[in-house]
Amino acid sequence: MEKWPNNKAWLLVLPVFVIVAFSAIIPLMTVINYSVQDIFGPGQSVFVGTEWFREMLADHRLHDALWRQFVFSGLVLLIEMPLGILIALAMPKKGWGVAVCLVTVALPLLIPWNTIGTIWMIFTRPDIGLFGAGMNNLMGIPFDHTDNWLDAWITVMLMEVWHWTPLVVLMAYAGLRAIPEVYYQAARIDGASAWSTFLYIQLPKMRGVLTIAFLLRFMDSFLIYAEPFVLTGGGPGNSTTFLSIYLVKIALLQFDLGPGGAFSLIYFVIVLLFCFIFYQALLRVGKGEKV
Amino acid sequence: MELTLEWMRWTVPTAIFCSTIILTVIAMAVWQTLAPSLERRGFLPIPTTPGDRLFIGILSSAYIFFAWIGLTHFALWILLIIVVCWIIIVMVWG
Repeated sequence: MEKWPNNKAWLLVLPVFVIVAFSAIIPLMTVINYSVQDIFGPGQSVFVGTEWFREMLADHRLHDALWRQFVFSGLVLLIEMPLGILIALAMPKKGWGVAVCLVTVALPLLIPWNTIGTIWMIFTRPDIGLFGAGMNNLMGIPFDHTDNWLDAWITVMLMEVWHWTPLVVLMAYAGLRAIPEVYYQAARIDGASAWSTFLYIQLPKMRGVLTIAFLLRFMDSFLIYAEPFVLTGGGPGNSTTFLSIYLVKIALLQFDLGPGGAFSLIYFVIVLLFCFIFYQALLRVGKGEKV
Repeated sequence: MELTLEWMRWTVPTAIFCSTIILTVIAMAVWQTLAPSLERRGFLPIPTTPGDRLFIGILSSAYIFFAWIGLTHFALWILLIIVVCWIIIVMVWG
């Protein structure tokens, strides 16, 4: 293919660039400024150097929230990726069932995040919620996500899996549909089992979409805020306080702008590292593979 | 409404920090537009362009900074020398 000689179309990106500069870079620089000062109010602040960084890096609640965050994101990926692929494999390939399945599966993705938290808060309430009351009264298993940390984690995980597995399903399904029929015909001629068809045809062909699904699910779960905030508020105790919930607690509820700024920068640098690793992984997906 | 930068609360060190990074990025952009470099392999595990190496250098410097602040009580100017040397090493041999 010949390279298009005129690259002036790139100038059309300029408005977006300006908007990003205002919405991202200026706030980021402000956060950097806040992170080295103790701010009391308008016009009253003291330069403290790296004190807030020292304090936040030694803060064991930040360490706990960070590990909690990694455990959460790890569990999310471990559950949602295989489950999403399984559901996608089980979905019908043609006929009226396709539309019905797609719409049903995609429904949780259309609900606002705060509403999801509220739905699950009511659903799992031990006194009136269908799930909570059912567990306590019908099954005889004590369940209270406001009191027991394990119940809180189970509830948050259930909500997260219910909310976001559909994304993996949709992407895996799109990947499956893009595989030409001839591959399956060749597999049938060779007498391949369903398992080896999956392992040697479907999985390699889905690698691109699954990588993107993996990245999206990791980043979203790593930055999760609204749903667990509404559902558990980070409790009981601190057991579901993820990084962003702890950050908002420091920066907005306690109005500690300095420590909040330092925390934000630490969080930002962690996210940036993962973005970079994933970006490199994405660039290399499908390289050396001729389609 | 009067437009001031008071809400951004600039300090001299952060102003130097931010303008250094912005100027470096602009300089990189100009350099790579005038004389684009090819990807190559250095001691880093992936093939990189100079822009990639600058990003890797700055990002890893942030981690070096956190390790320095979190684990030691040595002066910051020593860290500055280490970080500048590290970025140069990554840019040249990375």
